[in-house]
Amino acid sequence: MLTLDRLDKVYRTGTFGTSDLHAVRQVTLDVQRGEVVSLIGESGSGKSTIGKMVLHLLDSSGGTITFDGRDVTHLGFRARREYYRKVQGVFQDPFSSFNPIFKVDRTFETLRRSYFPRVSSSDWRGRLEEALAAVSLEPGDILGKFPHQLSGGQLQRLLIARALLLDIELLVADEIISMLDASTRIDVLNLLVELKSRGLGILFVTHDLSLGNYVSDRVVILYKGRVVERGVTAAVFDDPLHPYTRDLLASVPHLDRTWEDVEAEEAERSAALAGRCLYHEALAAQGRALGEEASAADGDDVGLVEHSPGHFVGCFRLAAGDPCPAGA
Amino acid sequence: MALSVTDLRVYYRTLKGDVKALDGVTFDVADGEIMGIAGESGCGKTTLGKALIRLDNRMRHAGGTVALDGEKLPIADDAAMRRHRYREVSLIPQYAMSAMNPTRKIGKMIRDLLAAHGVRYAEVLPELERRLALVGLDAEVLKRYPIELSGGMKQRVVLVLSTLLNPSLLIGDEVTSALDVSSQKAVARALVEFRDHGFVRSMVVITHDISVLFQVADTILVMYAGHLAEKAPARTIIDEPLHPYTKMLIGALPQVGDRYDEQQLSGIEGRPPSLLNPPTGCRFRDRCPLAHDRCAEAPPFREVAEGHQVACWAVS
Repeated sequence: MLTLDRLDKVYRTGTFGTSDLHAVRQVTLDVQRGEVVSLIGESGSGKSTIGKMVLHLLDSSGGTITFDGRDVTHLGFRARREYYRKVQGVFQDPFSSFNPIFKVDRTFETLRRSYFPRVSSSDWRGRLEEALAAVSLEPGDILGKFPHQLSGGQLQRLLIARALLLDIELLVADEIISMLDASTRIDVLNLLVELKSRGLGILFVTHDLSLGNYVSDRVVILYKGRVVERGVTAAVFDDPLHPYTRDLLASVPHLDRTWEDVEAEEAERSAALAGRCLYHEALAAQGRALGEEASAADGDDVGLVEHSPGHFVGCFRLAAGDPCPAGA
Repeated sequence: MALSVTDLRVYYRTLKGDVKALDGVTFDVADGEIMGIAGESGCGKTTLGKALIRLDNRMRHAGGTVALDGEKLPIADDAAMRRHRYREVSLIPQYAMSAMNPTRKIGKMIRDLLAAHGVRYAEVLPELERRLALVGLDAEVLKRYPIELSGGMKQRVVLVLSTLLNPSLLIGDEVTSALDVSSQKAVARALVEFRDHGFVRSMVVITHDISVLFQVADTILVMYAGHLAEKAPARTIIDEPLHPYTKMLIGALPQVGDRYDEQQLSGIEGRPPSLLNPPTGCRFRDRCPLAHDRCAEAPPFREVAEGHQVACWAVS
């Protein structure tokens, strides 16, 4: 449904934009209907930038975004409005997504004014209640309240309900649960899975691996703007290949194992993969099959190879400028 | 007993009356113990941390005592507390790393801090450099501005500077939050190392992230709405929690291994009560699946096993 093809983003930084920051490098990924794809990375990995480019809050510097077979990389004002009927975003801080001096109802009222001017009041009320029920909120508890009277979890669900009113096909969820309490965040996560079963595609941007693992069908691991590994969630989490993914997974605090246990396990895997690069090994194998020209063609090294069915991995160097550990 | 808190009550003054953020808390922290405090936002964990070092002008000490190494701390007396602050009790407040003065180099900032407490920078400089090296930082950082350091580096600098005078007690409020997992691990490890080296005698680590506490803390204290719910060794809290709130809180945490399709977790229905006029009795009553008539009376926080205290009528 949503396909990103070699998407790039370069920020101009420094005084008068004298230097470039390559925030997103040649990112290729796709989200299908009824699927949650997690975009996992640490700060500075470009995960939010990708989310914002999909939402057209930022312009991309290169590559294409395709939605339902249509190229939506560049959209005019009118086209963008139509696009937002299908694609919506929810962000990290629910409190700053609402205007504190107005009641929360206003959020829905503005939506109605811009997108459904012809819908009658009673009809609208019905739709609203339906959307609120879908995110398991009681209209009586919510409507007519100010944002400060509601909890973060309730506000976050309200924002999702707002997106649902538009009958969207893709939801970009950017760190939507990192500000919520442990007791409520799981409810929002479960809600996402429920929406997924109703056919919604969700791009779930997070830095929290346990959350990413819990909800998603596929994961994309980003490091410094580059996709280092992607694939079916279970495959990536059970058998992380890229050195960065392995390091990341070894740093996650577990509730049943201490860091020492995890590290011992990881050391074993590292030893088996030390000094190797599965990407270049696969390329070389392909090259032998296809002849030398084929392997030389992919010179920029940003691609991924399919290590096992549904599990892709990139070159084992860390940052884009680093040398490949295998010396290829 | 390094720290001993007895029936501590701290209220926030508001126009509508007192908000009972900390309502009768009693616990001890042993020498060399790292105690973690966990709970949802608004449970009073940050208030507890702040109460041990400085009450700001909205906070009122409504009763109870705090003793550190057998000496009573004058927590309600701002001027008298000054002698204890930094030397005996040190606090890393929330967002400390973002609160560094952006116009001062790190070294200069530490010099100012020490001067305010009557300590000469040159005297502690060798020790400072040694400790920076211990947390994996070059002495070069002293000549840098905060903006030049990453979040994890800043947090480690904050840890070093707050423990420079070897306090008896360090309170770390959300020290590992807002960091990437790899820096989180480095900072959490540094906390344990500082205790092991004896730079701080005992620690109170406040966080909403129980999985980090499991990695660093010896004991975990779970708070709910200004009351204590349960205190036990870290492993016991995770593996065999007794209080229904602790059970539900642990149950709501997705693990790296958990998948929605295999195991669906559930959150806790409802919200904590308002602390302006908190209900009598057990404060978790409204959300508790085990609630019964007796819960109208506040359950005592009593020991049910060696080092395991719980406040719940259903547990005995």
